[in-house]
Amino acid sequence: MATKASRSAARLMMAPAVVLLLGWMLVPLIMTLWFSFRTYLPLRGGDLGWTGFDNYVRFVSSSAFWPAVQTTLVLVLGVLVITVCLGILLAILLDQPMWGQGIVRILVIAPFFVMPTVSALVWKNMFMDPVNGLFAHLWRFFGADPVSWLSDAAMPSIILIVSWQWLPFATLILLTAIQSLDSEQLEAAEMDGAPALKRFFYIILPHLSRAITIVILIQTIFLLAVFAEIFVTTGGAFGTRTLSYLIFQRVLESQNVGLGSAGGVYAIILANIVAIFLMRIVGKNLDN
Amino acid sequence: MGQITLKQVTKSFGDVQVIPPLDLTIEDGEFTVFVGPSGCGKSTLLRLIAGLEDITTGHIEIDGKDATDLVPAKRGLAMVFQSYALYPHMSVRKNIAFPLKMAKMAPAEIEKRIANAAAVLNLTDYLDRRPGQLSGGQRQRVAIGRAIVREPAAFLFDEPLSNLDAALRVGMRLEISELHTRLKTTMIYVTHDQVEAMTMADKIVVLRAGHIEQVGSPLELYHRPRNEFVAGFIGSPKMNIFGGSEAQKYGGTKAGIRPEHIDVSMTEGTWNGKVGVAEHLGSDTFIHVHDTGLADMVTVRITGDISVRHGDTIYLTPQLDQMHRFDAQGLRIA
Repeated sequence: MATKASRSAARLMMAPAVVLLLGWMLVPLIMTLWFSFRTYLPLRGGDLGWTGFDNYVRFVSSSAFWPAVQTTLVLVLGVLVITVCLGILLAILLDQPMWGQGIVRILVIAPFFVMPTVSALVWKNMFMDPVNGLFAHLWRFFGADPVSWLSDAAMPSIILIVSWQWLPFATLILLTAIQSLDSEQLEAAEMDGAPALKRFFYIILPHLSRAITIVILIQTIFLLAVFAEIFVTTGGAFGTRTLSYLIFQRVLESQNVGLGSAGGVYAIILANIVAIFLMRIVGKNLDN
Repeated sequence: MGQITLKQVTKSFGDVQVIPPLDLTIEDGEFTVFVGPSGCGKSTLLRLIAGLEDITTGHIEIDGKDATDLVPAKRGLAMVFQSYALYPHMSVRKNIAFPLKMAKMAPAEIEKRIANAAAVLNLTDYLDRRPGQLSGGQRQRVAIGRAIVREPAAFLFDEPLSNLDAALRVGMRLEISELHTRLKTTMIYVTHDQVEAMTMADKIVVLRAGHIEQVGSPLELYHRPRNEFVAGFIGSPKMNIFGGSEAQKYGGTKAGIRPEHIDVSMTEGTWNGKVGVAEHLGSDTFIHVHDTGLADMVTVRITGDISVRHGDTIYLTPQLDQMHRFDAQGLRIA
C-alpha cells in the first residue's frame, strides 16, 4: 500500500463494498426520515402527504410510549447485570486449569450461535410451556403448580432468554481479559496479604474494567433492538412491549408507517446517545 | 530477625522432581544470592520459601518457627518480582500502601511509612503517578518500596534487574546493596548473572538441577571452587578447563586456570597457540587463543592493552599456584 498506484487500486477495489454498505444503510435511513414526516396509512388511503412533526408528537404522547421506554430499560439493564455478573464468574471458572477445558469452553460459547428466533422458540416450548415444558415437569415433580412463565412472569422470562443468548459473548470477552492478567500481580497481592476475595476486588476487577465497559457498550446497542425473542414468545403482551416492539406494532399492526418511522428516528437518536456516551467511557479507559 | 532454614525440602511437579532433598540455612541479616543456569530450580526454591508453591516434602523454618504450611502473607516475607508486578490501576502511593492496607494498619501510620520509603527510594515526586508513567528503574524502586514498608523478616528478589538496561542495572545493583547495608534485613536474591552474585552477595548458593553445588562467600567460590561446575560458572570470562595428559602433568584428571592467571609472552612459555579474536576493553584485553592442545579455545586476560594480530603465535604460562585440579568425578583436589 505504498505507491500511489497501489493506493488508488485499493480504493477502486474497495469501492463496491463501500457503496453497497453505504447504500444498505442510507436508503432505509432516508426512507425512515422521509416517512416520519408524512401521514402514510397503507390500508387507509396510502400516502396522505406532509404532516410536519405530528408523528413525533403523537408517538411520544401515546399512552404506550413511557411504559415501552421503561420496559426497554428494564430489559437492557436486567440482561446487562445478569450477563456481566455471571460472565465474570464463568470467566474466572473457565480460566482455572481443568479436565476437558477445550470442550467446556466450546459448549459455553454455543448459545451465541443459536438464532434468536430459534432459541426463543426452544425456551418457550421446551422449557417454559406450562403443560409440556421441562420447568412444568420439574415443578410437578416437587408437587408445585406449574408456572405459566410467559404470561405470569413474562418480563423475567424474556430477560432470562436474552441473557442466556448474550452470556457467552460476555464470558468470552471477559475470559480473554482475565487471561491477559499478569499472574505475578496476583502472587504479589497474595504476598501482600490480600485474601482471595480482596484479590478479586483490588486486582482482577480493576483489570477487567475495560473489558466490562466494552461488553456493556456492545450489548446495549444490540439489546436496544431485541425483537425476535418478544415476537415469538409474548408478542408484546404482558408488559413486554419494548420501544422497538412498539415501533413494529405501529407500522404493521396499526398500519401507520409515518408514526412508526417517527418512533424509529427516536430509537436511532437514543442508540446514538448511548453509543457516544459509552464510547467516551471506553476512550477514557483506554487512555489510562 | 530473619533466619530461614530449609530442612530436607523437595519439590516435584507431577513425576518430575525439580528439587531433590535440600538443606540450607540463611542467617539473619545475610545477603544470600541463589545463582545458577536457567532451569536450575533457583526461582522455584525462592517461591517455595515465599510460599507461592507448596513443598512436596520437608520443612521450612522462619526464625525457628515452622512455616511449612503458612500462607505467603503470614510468613512475614516480601517479594520483588521480575516483572515488578505493580498494580497498574493504582498510583505509586496506593501500590506502596497496599500491603499495609491489607494488614489494616492505621492511616496515619501508613502515611508515615510511605513517606519514609519514598524518601529512601527517591520516589517522593512520583507518588501520585501510575506505574505506566514511570521508567523501568522507577518501577523497580516502587516494587522495592512496596516490599520495605512491610518491614518484613526477609526480602526475596526474583531476578529483579533482568528487565533493566545494562547501565541502569549497575546503578540498581548498588542501590540494593546500599539498602541492605542500611536495613540489615535478610535478603535472598535470585539471579542467573554471576556478576550480580559476586558483587552483591555475602553468601552465594550455586545451584544446578536443584542440587546445591556449593555455598560460600564470593571469594571462597572464586578461589576454591568445590567442583568443576562451580569453577566454570563463577568468574568472567570463564575459567579454562582442560583434561588429558596436560592435566595429568598438574596432578588431576582435569585442570583449570582462570584467564587472569595466565602470563603472556610473544617469545616463550609453557604453551603456545594462535591468536583468534582479541577483545579490547581498554582496561583489559581478552585474547582467545586456539590450537594450544588444551581445549578448543583458551581465554587469556591481560591488564591494559597489547598489540596482537589474528593468527599471531602467542606463548602462555600458567601461574602454578592458581591452578585448580579436579578428579574424575569433577571434584576439587585439595
